[in-house]
Amino acid sequence: MDITKFPNIYEQQKRNRRQTIIIMAAFVLFFGFLGYGFDLFFFGVDPFGLVYEDAPGFPIGTAFALIAGAIFASWGLQSGAVAVLNSSRAYPVPENDPKYRTLINIVDEMTIASGLPRPKLYIVPDPDPNAFATGKDPQHSYIAVTEGLVEKLNREELQGVIAHEMSHVKNYDIRTMTVVAALVGAIFLLSDAARRMMFYGGGRAGRRSSSRGGGGGAIVAILFVVWLIAMILAPIISQLLAMAVSRQREYLADASGAELTRNPLGLASALEKIESSAEPTRAIKRGSAHLCIVDPLGRKANFKEGAIADVFATHPPISKRIMILRAMAYSFQS
Amino acid sequence: MLGIILLVVLGIIIIWVIAKYNSLITLRNQVKNGWKQIDVQLKRRHDLIPNLIEAVRGYMQFEQDTLRMVVEARNAAVAARGPAEAAAKEGELTQALSRLFALFENYPNLKASENVKQLQEELTSTENKVSFARQFYNDIATKFNIAQQVFPGNIIAGMFRFTPAELFEVTVAAEREVPKVDLSLKK
Repeated sequence: MDITKFPNIYEQQKRNRRQTIIIMAAFVLFFGFLGYGFDLFFFGVDPFGLVYEDAPGFPIGTAFALIAGAIFASWGLQSGAVAVLNSSRAYPVPENDPKYRTLINIVDEMTIASGLPRPKLYIVPDPDPNAFATGKDPQHSYIAVTEGLVEKLNREELQGVIAHEMSHVKNYDIRTMTVVAALVGAIFLLSDAARRMMFYGGGRAGRRSSSRGGGGGAIVAILFVVWLIAMILAPIISQLLAMAVSRQREYLADASGAELTRNPLGLASALEKIESSAEPTRAIKRGSAHLCIVDPLGRKANFKEGAIADVFATHPPISKRIMILRAMAYSFQS
Repeated sequence: MLGIILLVVLGIIIIWVIAKYNSLITLRNQVKNGWKQIDVQLKRRHDLIPNLIEAVRGYMQFEQDTLRMVVEARNAAVAARGPAEAAAKEGELTQALSRLFALFENYPNLKASENVKQLQEELTSTENKVSFARQFYNDIATKFNIAQQVFPGNIIAGMFRFTPAELFEVTVAAEREVPKVDLSLKK
């Protein structure tokens, strides 16, 4: 392998830094949009004159939502990794347990091979083989593997998986993906809370629009519907986003992982083993599915290619990943 | 006006030289670190071998020659001076060890021993660490060398007398040799 392949990683790092900022900004703006809806329809305040002509007043809903959005977003960046680890009930690897000796050694090996700081190693209590990496940057990174992975994979295969995760760390994929995981979680909570609020506080909007009547009413109604749809669809849209940002990363992490171990077949046979145990990884929740090396939900979409898979799959088809790794091994030898 | 432009251009050039120089220094330190990492792992490997020999001696009464060869190869590797000699001796040690590991297959009791299993895992891992440390060293040294050779980095490198880093190569003849396959059916 030659050194000229490295720029790919640096481009990916740059792209990830940029993407993280865009995602966080979009998230805050989306919060603001929902907040302004509350101002309009529940508090009857519209200082920018978007709907009501004279409804001055401080847009408390917008302000609150923007601040909350910013807090959420920076929380997602700072503590998203811990939240993801907690949600899968992962525990720090027991350093003295001989069962995990090989795994710990492999993480050390990959730390040396990549020249990065050592990620903290966590174990997810689940018999299904799977693994993910999370964190803010390589200095604050975590690799988590399931108990099943340690049990079912041999040394070479484990090395392939850890190298794959290490590449996610090196590429800053972990930053983007962790922020997405945290924010998808936040949107779920928010849309839930918003639905409750509408239930209890739905009276005021009705009063305001009926007191005005006339042409404004139609626009208000349309906007209200748009706002409602946005709020209901938010969880779905945010999940689609999570899927879209994760797929093409897997190929790159496979390739640069193989570059670390110089042994693409290790990861290829690991993927084969992981695929053959088709049980879903129950400990890993829907919100962090896109972080994993293979889809923990065992969704059909991840085994196919095509338009539907392009929208709904978080991961590229495993058979294709294995094929590419095999081809890589062949070119290593020649 | 011209003076100001010249001053600005000069300022930009100085800043650029400083940045380039600093990046070369950073790379050089990474190269040094990479080299040290190889040493750390080699030392660890040397420390592990006596433990392994002690653990297996009891099981392998009839393999004293192989054991002695491992110990000798280990001592030669510890005594080696300079990267070229070290590389050669380490290569010989690797071969002696792999011969020993191959013999383990003949001793089921030995293979079942938890202690030996752990030592073998530690040694395997250390071997891997040595080769990954070399791999990383070679990658970073190549990067350092390229940065010194491409234009305009070569100007800075020449100005401050940077020297290219030596790559870690397989110097043992046996490691490079193509294995001979004997297909004649002699006994």
